[in-house]
Amino acid sequence: MSQSDDPYENLTITTGAVVEPNTSRVNKTGSWRQFKPVIDIDACIACGQCDTYCPDQAAKPVEGEDYYGFDLDYCKGCGICEEVCPTDAIEMIREVK
Amino acid sequence: MSSDRQDQDFTDEVEHGEELWNPGHRACAGCGPALAMKYITEAAGPNTIVTNATGCMEVVSTPFPESSWGTSYIHNIFENAASVAAGVEAAYQSFDRRDPDHLDVSDEDDLNIIAIGGDGATADIGFRALSGMMERGHDVTYVMYDNEAYMNTGVQRSSQTPLGASTTTSPAGTESIGNDTNKKDMASIAADHGVEYVATASISNPHDFKQKVEKALEIDGPKFLHVYSPCPVGWSYESSKTVELAELAVETGLFPVFEMENGEITSVNKISDRKPVREWLETQGRFKHLFDGEEGEETIEALQEWIDGRAEDLGLDA
Ligand SMILES: Cc1ncc(C[n+]2csc(CCOP(=O)(O)OP(=O)(O)O)c2C)c(N)n1
Ligand code: SF4
Ligand code: SF4
Ligand SMILES: [Mg+2]
Repeated sequence: MSQSDDPYENLTITTGAVVEPNTSRVNKTGSWRQFKPVIDIDACIACGQCDTYCPDQAAKPVEGEDYYGFDLDYCKGCGICEEVCPTDAIEMIREVK
Repeated sequence: MSSDRQDQDFTDEVEHGEELWNPGHRACAGCGPALAMKYITEAAGPNTIVTNATGCMEVVSTPFPESSWGTSYIHNIFENAASVAAGVEAAYQSFDRRDPDHLDVSDEDDLNIIAIGGDGATADIGFRALSGMMERGHDVTYVMYDNEAYMNTGVQRSSQTPLGASTTTSPAGTESIGNDTNKKDMASIAADHGVEYVATASISNPHDFKQKVEKALEIDGPKFLHVYSPCPVGWSYESSKTVELAELAVETGLFPVFEMENGEITSVNKISDRKPVREWLETQGRFKHLFDGEEGEETIEALQEWIDGRAEDLGLDA
């Protein structure tokens, strides 16, 4: 949620209904999730396959570390990352909310 | 241990880049077309104007007042992504004539104009607009993302729906085996318009797809790309299998990956030990009915024959 401001503030409809870029970040799709990916950080080789194939930009490198983690604000729990991980470092577990 | 895993949360520690296809979009979990949008924006970069036909990718990315796009973006009506892109391009050409120091549209570094449409918007309902844009020679890269039906309105068949698929307008039942046509060959149709660069790609190979987008953007004039993008909802399979099923469609030859330049096939991603299409059909609910009865069996054979014929024409087998 760094690239955008809240588009719902001072909402007006302009001619052509022009909106600002990158603003869907206010919509936290993580609330859709039923299963959540968890990573075994020892098994992760930081190849980035999960990042490459995540439709929701939710599998990303963890700052300063040599493994990947998940942005649970946006992860929808589709399970693609678990399927494409070459070392089986990712597992989908039922999320208890 | 298991509660540790329940608590695992790196949300505040992960590094996002300057993504031009932003999270928060409302595509279903595991959406193949959403991956295609991600790869298009990664390949094209920020200096890009996208025109996008109504369909899933428009609906999920731009509910007012939000946008998932970091590029310039115009939502146009269902049938005219190609016309709007052509208009944008013509406008820039005109600016350029009036002021030659203005941004030059024909300079590959300056501006990318990309029209994006689903299979329905492109191969069916926006076909005339696409044909006109290609025939007039606009400097536009058209990308058709193919999820093999009109998904946004509830899975109606299109001319890209494969033989035997059950959709809401080709429902399988006692009187019907599902969709009774093979996929329309959009690559050849585009090439026959004199389009210099035409290519097919699959979301299962983003490197290949992105290279093709980059190559297209460097060429002047119209370009046409067809990208295979599975839809878990319309095809009825587990959301985690999107990449795998896109790959299997390539490995069975149902979706051949190739390039055409000036009307000739110039590269084909060859397949060794092409798998029978049956293996791909079995993975999806929309083909379930093909596996209980003689008519289904005949349909599978007919589809296999069609694939074999195309494979032969393209020189697909390694
Ligand atoms: C002229 C017109 N006809 C019908 C519609 C309704 N409509 C909106 S999206 C859509 C389906 C789009 O299918 P496709 O282009 O394959 O994209 P997808 O939804 O599968 O991503 C339809 C029929 C419309 N908006 N305009
Ligand atoms: S489960 Fe799906 S949405 Fe979540 S991080 Fe993995 S690929 Fe992305
Ligand atoms: S219906 Fe299919 S194509 Fe449309 S958003 Fe959902 S998964 Fe994507
Ligand atoms: Mg479609």
